[in-house]
Formats: sequence, C-alpha cells, structure tokens
Amino acid sequence: MADAPGAQPTTFLLGRLNWEAIPKEPIVWVTFAAVVLGGILVLAALTKYRLWGYLWKEWFTSVDHKKIGIMYIVLALVMFVRGFADALMMRLQQVWAFGGSEGYLNSHHYDQIFTAHGVIMIFFVAMPFITGLMNYLVPLQIGARDVSFPFLNNFSFWMTVGGAVITMASLFVGEYAQTGWLAFPPLSGIQSSPYVGVDYYIWGLQVAGVGTTLSGINLLVTILKMRAPGMTLMRMPIFTWTSLCANILIVASFPILTMTLILLTLDRYLGTAFFTNEAGGNAMMYVNLIWIWGHPEVYILILPLFGVFSEVTSTFSGKRLFGYSSMVYATICITILSYLVWLHHFFTMGSGASVNSFFGITTMIISIPTGAKLFNWLFTMYKGRIRYELPMMWTVAFMLTFVVGGMTGVLLAVPPADFVLHNSLFLIAHFHNVIIGGVLFGLFAAINFWWPKAFGYKLNVFWGKVSFWFWVVGFWAAFMPLYILGLMGVTRRMRVFDDPSYQIWFGIAAFGAVLIAIGIAAMFVQFGVSIWKRNDPAMRDETGDPWDGRTLEWATSSPPPDYNFAFTPVSHGLDTWWDMKREGAARPTGKYHAIHMPKNTGMGVILSAIATIFGMAMIWYIWWLAVLSFVALVAASIWHTFNYNRDFYIPVDEIEAKEAARTKQLQAAAGV
Amino acid sequence: MSYFSPSNPAALYLKSDTAAVDKYWDQSEHHPEEGASTPLGFWVYLMSDCLMFAVLFAVYGVLGTSYAAGPGPKALFDLNLVALNTAMLLLSSITFGFAMLALYAGDKKRTLRWLFITLLFGLAFLAIELYEFWHLIHEGAVPQRSAFLSSFFALVGTHGLHVFFGSVWLVTLMVQLSTKGITGPNIRRMNCLSMFWHFLDVIWIGVFTFVYLLGMI
Amino acid sequence: MKSLLNIRATLLMSALVALAGCKAEVLAPSGDVAARQRDLLVQSTLLMLLIIVPVMLLTVFFAWKYRSKNKEADYQPDWDHSTKLELVIWAVPLLLIICLGALTWVGTHLLDPYRPLDRTDVNTPVTEEHQTLKVEVVALDWKWLFIYPEQGIATVNRLVVPEDTPIEFSLTSSTVMNAFYIPSMAGMIYAMPGMETKLHGVMNEPGDYKGIASHFSGAGFSGMHFVATATDQAGFDAFVAETKAAGGMLDRTAYLELAAPSQNEPVRTYADVDPILFARVVNICVEDGKICMAEMMEIDAAGGAGHAGMMNLMPRYASADGRALAIPVLGGNLNMIQGFCGPDEEARMLTQRVVIAPREITEPGPMRGAGLTPPRGIFAKEPNQFSQIPPEAGAGKDF
Repeated sequence: MADAPGAQPTTFLLGRLNWEAIPKEPIVWVTFAAVVLGGILVLAALTKYRLWGYLWKEWFTSVDHKKIGIMYIVLALVMFVRGFADALMMRLQQVWAFGGSEGYLNSHHYDQIFTAHGVIMIFFVAMPFITGLMNYLVPLQIGARDVSFPFLNNFSFWMTVGGAVITMASLFVGEYAQTGWLAFPPLSGIQSSPYVGVDYYIWGLQVAGVGTTLSGINLLVTILKMRAPGMTLMRMPIFTWTSLCANILIVASFPILTMTLILLTLDRYLGTAFFTNEAGGNAMMYVNLIWIWGHPEVYILILPLFGVFSEVTSTFSGKRLFGYSSMVYATICITILSYLVWLHHFFTMGSGASVNSFFGITTMIISIPTGAKLFNWLFTMYKGRIRYELPMMWTVAFMLTFVVGGMTGVLLAVPPADFVLHNSLFLIAHFHNVIIGGVLFGLFAAINFWWPKAFGYKLNVFWGKVSFWFWVVGFWAAFMPLYILGLMGVTRRMRVFDDPSYQIWFGIAAFGAVLIAIGIAAMFVQFGVSIWKRNDPAMRDETGDPWDGRTLEWATSSPPPDYNFAFTPVSHGLDTWWDMKREGAARPTGKYHAIHMPKNTGMGVILSAIATIFGMAMIWYIWWLAVLSFVALVAASIWHTFNYNRDFYIPVDEIEAKEAARTKQLQAAAGV
Repeated sequence: MSYFSPSNPAALYLKSDTAAVDKYWDQSEHHPEEGASTPLGFWVYLMSDCLMFAVLFAVYGVLGTSYAAGPGPKALFDLNLVALNTAMLLLSSITFGFAMLALYAGDKKRTLRWLFITLLFGLAFLAIELYEFWHLIHEGAVPQRSAFLSSFFALVGTHGLHVFFGSVWLVTLMVQLSTKGITGPNIRRMNCLSMFWHFLDVIWIGVFTFVYLLGMI
Repeated sequence: MKSLLNIRATLLMSALVALAGCKAEVLAPSGDVAARQRDLLVQSTLLMLLIIVPVMLLTVFFAWKYRSKNKEADYQPDWDHSTKLELVIWAVPLLLIICLGALTWVGTHLLDPYRPLDRTDVNTPVTEEHQTLKVEVVALDWKWLFIYPEQGIATVNRLVVPEDTPIEFSLTSSTVMNAFYIPSMAGMIYAMPGMETKLHGVMNEPGDYKGIASHFSGAGFSGMHFVATATDQAGFDAFVAETKAAGGMLDRTAYLELAAPSQNEPVRTYADVDPILFARVVNICVEDGKICMAEMMEIDAAGGAGHAGMMNLMPRYASADGRALAIPVLGGNLNMIQGFCGPDEEARMLTQRVVIAPREITEPGPMRGAGLTPPRGIFAKEPNQFSQIPPEAGAGKDF
C-alpha cells in the first residue's frame, strides 16, 4: 500500500514526519527562533526563581475554579498575540500586493495565515476567554465554593491547552490548513489537501472540543445545582443567566462539530464517501452541519458578554438593571433562535427562495431580543449616576459600535443583499464589527471590572485609557474601509489585487491595524504597570467591593479565599450583595465550620498530555504511537477512577485565621 | 445618593445588624451533598452524546439511499441476525436492571452476578456485530464503496464503540464493587453506567428501526 | 412612501458612491438584477437607520446627561421597570422587522437567481421576442470555463454577452466549491462539483466588467478572475464569428488537459465544443469508463445494483488530468465506479437531460417566486435530488 503512487512516504518510527516537514519560509524561521529564545528565557526564569513546584502545586494541578479561570484567560491572551500577528501579516500582504507585486507571502503561507487567524481567534482566544470568565465568576456569583465537577474543570482546561499546542505546533512542523476556518470539503478533502494541514486543524479542534463540551456540561450543572439558598432562577445575576444560556448552547452544539469533524476525518483517513461526490456523498451536508454548530457558536461567544455589559452598566450607573426579566427572556429567545438561522451563512448555495426567506427572516427576528437588550442598557443608564471608569467606557464604546455591526448583520440577512455581499470584505467587516465591538470590548470591560476581585488591586487607569482609545479608533480605521471595499466588490481571502483603487482603503485598514497593535501593547503595559505598582494604596482593593457592586462576588475578599465564602449566602432577591449592604448584613463573623473541598490532582495534565500526543501521532500517521497513547489514555482514565480519595476539609483554625486577617484588613481600611 | 458612602465602604463591613446577618448568611454547618450534581451532569452528557448520534442519523437520512450503483440494504442485511443482535442488547438492559435492584438491596454478590450476565450479553452483541461487519467487508461492501455504506458503518460502528467502552466501564465497576463494596461513590457510578447502558439500548432501537427495518421494506 | 424611499435611496447611494471613488460596483451596478439587489440593500439600510440613529443619539445623550458629575440630573437608583416602556422596547424592533421581513420575503422571491428574468430593465418586460442566452460555466482549478451551448463555442477566463439580453448561467465546478460573481451584473451563486446551480442576469450597459471567484478555492484563488464584456448584438456576433474562426476543439481530452490545476491562465477560445461536455462535467463522467451520476442515481432509485454493484469497480491511481491521486492512508486503493451503460446509451442519456424546466410566470407579481421542485423527504426511496440532473426514465436499467 505504501508503494502505490499517491501514497505519502512513511516510516514506521516517524510516520510521514521527515525533514520535508520543516517549513522553508524565512518568516517562520525568525518566528521559530523568537519563540525558542523566549521559551528558553521563560523556562530559565522559572528554574532560577524555583517556580516549577509552585506552578505545579498551586496552579497546574489546581481544581480551584478561580485559578482555572485565570489560567484560561492567560491562555487566551497568549493565543491572542499569535492570532493578532496573523492579522497584521494579512493586512501588510494586502496593502503590498498591488501593481503586479505578489506581496511578501506566497499562497501556501498566506492561506495558512488566514485559516489560522480565524481558528485561533475563535477557538483559542474568544472561547478560553469566555470560559475563563464564566469559570471565575459563576461560582462566586451564585454563592458556591466551586463548580460541580472540579476535576473535570481542570481536565477541560488542559484539553483546551492541548488543542492550542497542536495548533501552534503546525507553525514549526509541517503546515496548517489552507482552507479557511471552517475547512469546507472538497477543498479540505484528501485530494485537495493531502498533507498535514487539515489534520492539524481537525485534531487541534477535536482535543480542544472535548474540553469545551465538558466545561459546558460542568458549568451548566453548576448553575442549576449549586446556587445559594434562596437564589431562584429569576434571582440569578444576569451574567449567570447569560452563562447558563451560553453553556446550554455549548452542550447542544459542540457535539455536532465533533461528529462533523469525525466524518471529515473518516473521509480523509479511510476514504469514506460522506463529503465526496463520486460515491454518492454530499459536500453541502458538511456546510449545513458545520453551520448548525457555527451559528450557535457566535451566540456562545456574545451572550456571556451581554451579561458583562449588563452587570457593568447597572453597577456604574448605580442603578438596578432596567427590565431584568425582559433581559432574561431576550437571552432565552436568542438561545432558541440561534438554532434556526444557520442557513443564512450560505444563501448563495442555491436553496429555493422560500427557504432563503425563512432563514433570512428568522435571522432578523434575533435582532428583536437583541434590540430589546440594547434598550434595557440604555434605560439602565437613564436616571443613573454614571461613573466613567474603564469598564463603563468599554461598555459605551460597545453600544455605539455593536449597533452598526448589528445593522450590517441584518442587512446580510436579506438574501438578495447577501447575494452581492456574501464572501466579500463587507462580511468580514460585519463580523469583526460584532466580534471585536461585542466580544472583545466586553472582555476588556470584564478584565478591568473583575481584575481587582481576582488580584486585590485595580488596573492602571492611564494605560487603560491609552489602550481604550487606540483600540476604538483603530477598530473603526481598520474595519470601515473593509465595508467600503466590500461594496466595491472585493472578495475575502484574496492575496493579490489588480485594481489600484483598492490600495488606499487597504492602506487605511493597515493603519487601523497598527493602531490596534498599539492598543494591545498598551493593554499589556497596563497589566505590567498595575502589577508593578500593586501595593499603591490608591489602587488596592481592601474591601473586596471596589466599584460599589451589586452581586455576590463582591461580598467576599479580593482575592477571595480558596473556599470563596466562609458561610453560605442566602438570597432574598436580585442583587443580593446590594441588599446585604443596604440592610447591614455585609459580613458574618460567627462560629466557623470546617469546609469540605476537592483535592488538587495532576491527572488532568497527564490525560490531556496523552491526548495531545495521540493527536500528533494521528496527524503524522505514527501508528504505533497512536495506538500506544490511546491505550494509555483509556488506562489512565480507568486508573483515575480507582482514586476514591478526592476531597479534604479545610480546618476551622485556618478559616478563623484567614477571616481574622480580613477583619483586620477591613478595620485598617475603615480607619478604625 | 448611594445607600452608603463608597469612599469608605470598609466601614460597612464592620457594623452589622445581627438579624440581617442571620437573614442573609446561613451560618449552620452546611455541606452540599456529595455527588449531588452527578446524575444531572451525566444526563446532560448523555444528551450531548445523543446529539452526536442525531448527526449520524441525519447523515444516514441524507445519504442512506446513495448506493453509488453498489449494493443496497436488501442485498446486504440479514434481518434474522440483526434481530438476534437486538435481543442480546435488550436482554442486557433487563439484566442490568436486575443488577440495579440487587445493588439497592445491598446484595453485592447478586449485583456482581447480574453485571457479569450483562457483560456476557454485551459481548455477544459486539461479537455478532463484528461478524456482520466482517461479512460485509468480506463481500466487498466496505465503507468506501458508497455513501450509504459509509453512513451505515459510521452509525452502527459508533454505537458498537459505545457498547465496547460501556463494557470496559462495566468490568472496571465490577472490580471496584468487589474491592470497595457498595459505597456511595460506587452506587453513583452504577447509576451512571445504568443510564448509559439503557441509553445505548434506546439508540439501538432507533438504529434497528431506521436502518434495518426501514431499509428492508 | 415608496418613491420617497427611492429618492432617499438614490441620495444615499450617490453619497456612498462618491465616498468609494466611483468604484463601488455593488452600489452602482449596470445590470438590472444587481441594481434591484442594490435597491433592496439601500432600502433595508434606510429602514434600519430609522432605529439605529435614534439609538446611537440616545446612547450619547444618556451617557452624557447622567454622568456622575452632573448632580442636577435626576437619580432614581431603584427604578427598574416600566411596562409601557418595555412594550415600546419590544414593539419598535418588532415593527421594524415586520417591515423588513415583508421586504425580504418579496425581494427574495422576486430576485431568486433561479427565476427567469421577467424584465431586462425597468421599462422592458421580457417577451416572446427576447432570446435568452445560455452560458454554461465550469469553475476549474483555477480558471473559469464558459461554454456557449447554442453557439457551440467555449472560452476560458473571458465572457462576452450581448447587452439587454437575459442570460441563463448553468454553474458547476470540477473539483472544489467556488462562487461565480460579476458584481455589476447580478449576485453570486456557488458553483459546486457534481451539481448544477443556476443564475439569471442581464447586462444593460456596454463595457468591461470584472468577474471573480468569490469563494476561496485554494492556491490559485487570487488569480481566478476574468473580464466580462457586454456589447451590442453585432459585437456579440462578431465575437462568436471570431472565436469560430480561431479554431480549437474542446472535447473530453482537451477538457481534461485544461482541468489540470494552473494559475493566472490567459484567455483561450475554442471554436467547437462537445455538446454534452457540460453534462458530463456535472455528472462527473468526463473520464472514460466512469459512471455518470445520472445513471448512478437511476440505479440507486431502483434500490442499488445488488451484488453486481460490488464488482463494477476499477482500481485507480491517477486523476483524470494525470496527477497521482492521494490515497487515504488507512483506506486501501482508490476505486473508480464503472457504468453499466454503453457509450451510446450514455450519450443519449446526457443529451436528453431534462433541463430544469423553465417555470411559467403567468403573472410576474412580486409575491410569486420561481421555487425549486419541492425536496423529497428523507424517507423517500429516491436518491436525494439536490440539483442534479434527473436522467431519462429507464436509462441505465438494461445492464
């Protein structure tokens, strides 16, 4: 079989991995050198400061939802740098490749870059970001001590890391997919993409997808089962509500992605006929299936951020959220409707007019609850006392940006309009408008809002404002030209252009991207400066409630103790913490009890490492390793079930000491 | 006019009204019941697994008649064999039920015995399915032959893989039951496996009806 | 109201055109279909601006008025509900969507790309006298092939059409998905292997327009564009005569050579074309011995070929254009499914292919769409139809 023409040369030991797999592009070499150098420096620093043991014991093996949440966000930030580097390279190529110039990227390299940009930004930036946020906040907001399945939480995180590792490995060994971020067959089939690119895509997403599905199940059950006494569904903080809906969407959509990718894998590895025509398969089925996952996915991304904006608006307006129940019902409407619109991603496939109009109109209907949400924020601000701290600035920027993206989205839902704008840069501008203007702005609002909760000090305001203005201005400069280019009939994923009249717009867009780059740099400077000056009394959060908050996460110290709350809070209405403050019930100091907590375990790291090795072995056709790692994965899982000793009690004196320290801290802050 | 002065919120924490504190904080010794979330969590997992099967059923619905000028179900399926196979799986569900009854009765030996019988039925099911697959492949009806066969093997094969891993889990649990006895965690695990096993039964009824019976009409 | 909308639409349009340096083809197309699509786009935008602009203004106003420094402003920290306001909040977007939905329903049916044109421009309804030009389009790796079945000629990366004439494009692809798009003429439609899609359009101004591939299709994607020329009837006749005179024959062999992947292809012409070549491309049976999809579907409709269907296979190592095929690593050798029909029967089957029947438009009212044949249920014994060509009844039965 190996000798047949068309079969790739393989060896037993290394599969199809050989020297050919090392990329030839000098850009990749420079990147590789930089990554190796940076990696060595980091590892050396970790060794020098003897941080390995600390990281392993306190972080990597931790089942504490707060630490896992923070690790998710760190992962997202790291991957964000990679994804944004891809974006800058695309902008540079597109402004360069005019007038007969081929630019500086060949198609093999360029096509990988736009594919990787999409995949990384969605799966390894936005998803870990929101999962991290939900992980950190949901248990605190519902007054719980951890999630329902703490070990599973750790395992989910490491699976996400495993997927990211596989995806990043493609940069230096082999290649990444050159198919666009959803890898439509036949282009992603074995005949058009015979090498490892699509396999990297598949296995990266599969490994990470396991993590995402499991963390969705985990958070869903946590919200349903672990709420504080008295906290009925209609008393849950709005962020918890949106998280609940997002996790329902995760559980009800990621299995579809997983199965669709399995079928693509079977086509590529076994030669089955799901998505190839010749033996009766149908590529359109892939497009349908992947978008049945793909559309709910965008609501998975945006819903939790709608929750963030609600919390931020009501906190900084010093007002109850306007129309809480209509906000909840709007969220539920969006959740359900998100399954009824997938076909709007391919009106141009030739469905009948009635089918197209149906999906067009269902898409528009989603804008009704979304519009209602926007009005609710607006009327939360109405008759409020709005404090323009950074989270609120991001929120106002979101409201002004997102409506434009929403409008162009509804425009694209009109099938005849979509016929002229589909696959154009107008579409690109639209979804960046909602994803940057909605998801990213929301995440930045969230970081600025909850950072003091996580670390005990506020973020630097000056650098935060620098970042904000560069981001907002940069965003408009980078994406408004794309709307115009779309109206000029310019298609996405183009590498080289003939028409010189496009160049000026690409120039402006590239300039905008540079502004965004400065915004990102300013954000990292903001983090750095804040960490550096973390003991500055003006920035410290001694009370645990720096913004005059409303929900339960502000009722504990910043950062919260391992056990979150020494006593279980009881809810008697919405905005429990606000009520507590009003009625003088801020902090009980009664007789403490030992607290039952889950034990840390390294099993999550081990299992996901084995899964990552399995993925790599499958990508490179190293069968012995694939079999070995698969058996090891099953064996390790079984072995883990024999460990019945998974929990412990935090002794009373430890709690007493911690709570006494907090009393002192509060007394100092109050000047008593 | 906020309800307190945000400039010095710390003061607020220090003065507290006992009645209000009792209203808002449960100060009794309170531990969430261990494993209380597990059944719901496992249900949600089963539903996500069910969605994977839903995709396979949908794919079979679309491609199930694309024989690519190759053999169709009538030329391939042996309904008697499949009926026997179905009986094996249905019986295994019943015996699992007996195992659960024994478990609730606290009779470890009887539980293990019924679990062993369940395992035998499960393995019989797998053996018959493997024989069927071997027979099809031997005849030339390989998954690559047509979209119909691809989707058939994917759907039935995925179910078979589930039964296989269910059996592995079953063996694991038998070992755990016999060494650790009928403890809280083991009862929880038995409950989950029981749900899993019956779930596979339900899926199989779908496969049997949708693929085999409808295919032979 | 409608005319008012149109006037505002025109105003907005001209503003946008000026902004984009007179190059915004989507906003200033020359074809009637694209112009109507543009109108819908502009009308929808204006409708939405009715709500978007006030919301943005209100956001800025509230954000400014209720800033914490403004102690004059009313502050009501517990005001969180107003039934009247909630009603407005939900009703206003709902009303907007009802309007937009109606516009969408009508517009989508009216501008269905499968629907034969009922007018060539605002003032000219299509009558018996209008000759529809048929063009068969194949998206190859990475160039466009245009076959003019009625003229019997073919071109690569060059499209010439007479102005004010309805054009019916039949689209397919050789390997991967693509989309066929002439922004100045009409919207885009996917071209997919093994399937035939339709697009109707018309060019109303003579000139050269850009034609592009608008769905990413691999390495040569950026160079996969062509010039679409609209000319008067005389110009078109001259083009046909010129092409005829230039010689060249596009038969199955020439097609397979042409189909081999290549980038940035120059214009090519063929004076003669195999009349069933396009049907063969759609049916994925340009190669010798390979079964046509039509025959395959006929056999499948009869319940498959039984055990004979496990012997009609031939190992296959190279694709039609001579490239080595990638072999799925765990899948064993690739096979080609062979047909049972003889070459004559096959040709007859493909010649008599039922063209998707032109729909009668008795009353070209806006609410009447030219729908496709209704889809068959998943339990139907017939193979799924999608957009493949149904074979002649009985074809392929006599093996």
